[in-house]
Amino acid sequence: MNAVAAIPPFETMYQTHRDEILAFLRRRLGRDRADDAFQETFLRALRAYGRLEHGLHLRAWLYTIAGRVALDELRHRPTQSNPPEPAHEDGRPAYAELEHLSAALPPTERAAVVLRYGYDLAYSDIALALGSTEDAARQAASSGVRRLRRKELR
Amino acid sequence: MTVSNELDRRFRAAAAASGDLDVHYDLLDTPVGPLLVGATDRGLCRIWFDPEPERFAADVARTHGARVLRVAGSVDDARRQLDEYFEQRRQDFDLDVDLRVAPFHERVLAELRRVPYGRLTTYGTLAAQVDAPRAARAVGTVMNRNPLPIVLPCHRVVGANGSLTGYGGGLPRKEQLLRLEGALI
Repeated sequence: MNAVAAIPPFETMYQTHRDEILAFLRRRLGRDRADDAFQETFLRALRAYGRLEHGLHLRAWLYTIAGRVALDELRHRPTQSNPPEPAHEDGRPAYAELEHLSAALPPTERAAVVLRYGYDLAYSDIALALGSTEDAARQAASSGVRRLRRKELR
Repeated sequence: MTVSNELDRRFRAAAAASGDLDVHYDLLDTPVGPLLVGATDRGLCRIWFDPEPERFAADVARTHGARVLRVAGSVDDARRQLDEYFEQRRQDFDLDVDLRVAPFHERVLAELRRVPYGRLTTYGTLAAQVDAPRAARAVGTVMNRNPLPIVLPCHRVVGANGSLTGYGGGLPRKEQLLRLEGALI
């Protein structure tokens, strides 16, 4: 049994991350809309929790869900101050495309790439999600992109 | 920035209503101290005297799944029956259980459940009742790991010489429960 990769009880995961996820959603959506998105984020996480195979990168995983919930919220209930939705030229949202393309990347690089280019998060938020520094997040995203390019050329 | 009590309560209630939880639990106040009580959709699955929610959640996650969440009021049927028991208005618990233990444990615990209120039995007697007369020590182990103390009355099991031997919640609690039931003077 690998203690590092063990999946913690949902209660523990929720208590560890709820405050920072709410802070993240407030930055993305504003105070008024963050509460509903908070509930939706953790309900989606709960639904998927039973299918997790290990407890690695739970924080980045949670931020990815929160980012997706925030995007859904912005798309369905747009306001004037919305940041533009990151879109792909064929109409599919960029994050859907990226999640597929980046499947083969190492987990940290993948999370950095998806959060940066799929969800348009600032490096400061990505650093939070990955539990690293802004510089490390920037590096992970750029080395992930380089790796994707090399893959594309092959 | 912290999640407000109201937002926290709303999420926990929504999680319970979603049907996606493996286990919901709550902390109950009783005359023998705080009890952590967990249940699945099928029934009661864990009672702990130790008020350590994090270890409790980890322990129950190992047997019943990782989607464990504290939900206020989620085990109120057990709460009501335990209140009645401590007020000496109830002698038997009418609660479904969801044990998920090894077959030998299951058989011993089923036999244990039949030991009447206020009566004592011995490890050896229980062993004989599950057709394993030489397994008194193994029965002791089953009692020690009883997932539902009080409801499955391992406090009514004593040594062959009448000594109280041991109790997961500590001997003073075993004595307190047996006094309540009038099994000790």
